[in-house]
Amino acid sequence: MTESLFTRLEPLLAQVQKPIQYVGGEVNSQSKDFAAAEVRWALFFPDAYEVGQPNQGMAILYELLNACSSAPMPVGEQGDDDWLLAERTFTIWPDLAKLMRENGVPQFSWESHRPVRDFDVLGVSLSTELGYTNLLETLDLAGIPRYATDRTAADPLVIAGGHAVFNPEPVADFLDAVVLGDGEEAVLRVSALIRDHKRQGDAGREQLLLNLAKSGLVYVPSFYDVSYLPDGRIEAVRPNRPGVPARVGKQVLLELDEWQYPVQPIVPLAETVHERYSVEIFRGCTRGCRFCQAGMVTRPVRERGIQTVGTMVARGLAATGLAEVGLLSLSSADHTEIAGITGQLADRYAGTNVSLSLPSTRVDAFNIDLANELSRNGRRSGLTFAPEGGTDRMRQVINKMVSEDDLIRTVEIAFSQGWRQVKLYFMCGLPTETDEDVLAIAELAFRVIETGRRAANSRDVRCTISIGGFVPKPHTTFQWAGQADAETVNRRVRALKDKVRADRRYGRAITVRYAEGEPGMVEGLLSRGDRRVGKVIEQVWLQGGHFDGWREYFSYQRWLDAAAAVGIDLDWYTTRERSQDEVLPWDHLDLGLDRVWLWQDWVDARNGGEVADCRWAGCYDCGVCPALGVETQIGPTLRSLLPLTAGSEPVSV
Amino acid sequence: MSRQPPVQQPPPVQRVRLRYFKQGPARFASQQDFARAFERALRRAAVPMAYSSGFNPHPRISYSNAVPTGVASLAEYLEIALAQRIDPVSVQASLNRVLPGGFQIMAAVESDGTALAELLTHSAWRIDLGVDATAAVAAFLAADSVVVQRMGKAGLRELDIRAAVVALAADAGALSLRAVTGPGKVVVRPGDIVAGLAVVSPAVVSPGASLALRVAQGVWSDGRVRDPFGPEKLANDAANAGIVANL
Repeated sequence: MTESLFTRLEPLLAQVQKPIQYVGGEVNSQSKDFAAAEVRWALFFPDAYEVGQPNQGMAILYELLNACSSAPMPVGEQGDDDWLLAERTFTIWPDLAKLMRENGVPQFSWESHRPVRDFDVLGVSLSTELGYTNLLETLDLAGIPRYATDRTAADPLVIAGGHAVFNPEPVADFLDAVVLGDGEEAVLRVSALIRDHKRQGDAGREQLLLNLAKSGLVYVPSFYDVSYLPDGRIEAVRPNRPGVPARVGKQVLLELDEWQYPVQPIVPLAETVHERYSVEIFRGCTRGCRFCQAGMVTRPVRERGIQTVGTMVARGLAATGLAEVGLLSLSSADHTEIAGITGQLADRYAGTNVSLSLPSTRVDAFNIDLANELSRNGRRSGLTFAPEGGTDRMRQVINKMVSEDDLIRTVEIAFSQGWRQVKLYFMCGLPTETDEDVLAIAELAFRVIETGRRAANSRDVRCTISIGGFVPKPHTTFQWAGQADAETVNRRVRALKDKVRADRRYGRAITVRYAEGEPGMVEGLLSRGDRRVGKVIEQVWLQGGHFDGWREYFSYQRWLDAAAAVGIDLDWYTTRERSQDEVLPWDHLDLGLDRVWLWQDWVDARNGGEVADCRWAGCYDCGVCPALGVETQIGPTLRSLLPLTAGSEPVSV
Repeated sequence: MSRQPPVQQPPPVQRVRLRYFKQGPARFASQQDFARAFERALRRAAVPMAYSSGFNPHPRISYSNAVPTGVASLAEYLEIALAQRIDPVSVQASLNRVLPGGFQIMAAVESDGTALAELLTHSAWRIDLGVDATAAVAAFLAADSVVVQRMGKAGLRELDIRAAVVALAADAGALSLRAVTGPGKVVVRPGDIVAGLAVVSPAVVSPGASLALRVAQGVWSDGRVRDPFGPEKLANDAANAGIVANL
């Protein structure tokens, strides 16, 4: 077994920025016996440590695979836990990567600093398309062939998961297998299959992939052939091996109260983007916002009860020493017990300097009540709301059913209760959007300031408008939509900014933040691309492109040049509207969503139809529950939390 | 409801000084990295910290003379303010159970109320050069002025480090040297000393793959850097660490 690369790495670390990020050994990191384990995962996040380490999915799988916590593990296999092991790896910044290539030091794992190529599995967390070039960069530094078909028994299986893989086709040639959906049970079952395969001796990589594909746990792209029509659209995607399923389903974890991870997340020494202990209070969202991929791919809603949340927070803080708690979900104010959770946690941690945060952007008075609970110490700086569209018509199209008057009433309450700043999130480039829809955001912001000044009886109120370019995503109502081109997005946003700036009464109280439209075009290409787009990613990487999620590294021109070089028409993939009969690159990946229902929602969007949340208004037939044999799991549990006493285990009744 | 004033925190009842080491891969942590890790360790160890008042209360910790990132140290100091009286030795023990690898508290004493920084005027260093330093050390000591360049946030700066290097000696094997730095217009770092040796001697290449260790901090007196916690404390853990902290 190759020994640690650390002695060769150490002199290089003295020459790079922020060397501490590469040394591992953080509090709660695990070092299991590498030689004794049968299945060894290198969990890889294709971005820098500071971005990847706080990732919740990585933290959960790391603990599960290392079986290192005392939380229950519903699937068998616990107990004899030394056969499994997970270490971490991240994309290395160019300064160190250059030195490593010059000195022949390959990509290493953060725990034992072993070559990543020595592991059985490289588990890739693909959460954003702009990380694809980092995938190629890290495979290269690891000495793992870029193309799955070029890999041998000496290479790890490259298995991806995360939100971006619901259309893995642009990176399909670089991946051996893909897990769709929740990873908790899937990684344990995949590990067991790999272990059984290894125990049977050298049956070959192809046989292992076949076993995995036939299990229905993973999608193995190389076992599917894609044929194309003369006009360039896909004709069909067909399995090319007997026994391989025509469609691959997503994994859904139920009973989240039984999976209380992360229990003791790693506490980084280096500074990272989130420095808090996060509890996912529920998974999934059925609000039905038509632009939102997360809401469609994570159905149905599954809550953790108030007592589980209380226990996880108490344990997580004790294990990490962190002082901030995040109550995560796609819309945290929608938890059936959220008032109890925020109020009772605020009671528990009163006077302890622990702060609680609730990422929620709901536009209503209830959301302000929650924010008030979490800011009892008097800090009332800013509240965030996400109307997403500038006009009532636009919000109807995206099914974000909040009227302008609702919004104004909500900010009036916020300003009258001591808040001094509101942040409003919008998108630009939505289907059917006109220049006027975007300019209307300025009028809305003016009303917000006018209302705020009156309600607060002060001129010291501010509004920040944050605008992102809309990118249509697979498996959403808008998956057929044409994306607005970068020029359109830039023109509309600039006109809005000019209008705000020119206003003498309110302009100075309003800040407009926006991103340029160009990265959105690349994201659009990679979101809805097919297998042919892989050549563009490869070409960009060959031309030196990586860390594309970072403004200082992203080059739009490099992407345009690469697309031209390999004969890919960027507009065809992005701004072209798809018809109902077109085979979409991800149609063979089955999330349970009924395609007819989704298409009807796309028709309704343009005809002013709305769809209610199935949690409160009954089933609207998206198809997920019956297709996957699952159901919405929500409270309220009617339980509550007791105050913590010093040094005691969390108590609840 | 209007904005509420922040809660006033009670004043500290005790101050405890800690000496800690920073070794191995942990030496790559910056001072800010250590400060975050140390605050979290205090919370894991449930040390009854005194907090500052204001909208954003933070535990009252005073750091002194942090070693540069990448340099190991056997002699880092800080002082914490406590809301309850507690035996310094038990603070040391409970922190050592929870600190990240590479950091350990070597000694803890109650503060006598003096300013810690005034007791930490000098530093003793050991620098592994990897080349024979004998001639370079002699040339350095013979010079009245040794000007080195240092890259800072504002760009390249020129510093005369000679006066602040109060002692310098090559070790018997000559591949490493010991230095004592003291107060001056600039705080001299080990990297500056290596750069200075490179200025006066072609045998030393800067920046080389040198490894530096801060061996002691204190007041320079009678050819020794005197630890502020007193000779007994120093003798005890110097023996533990297997080093001798004087020149």
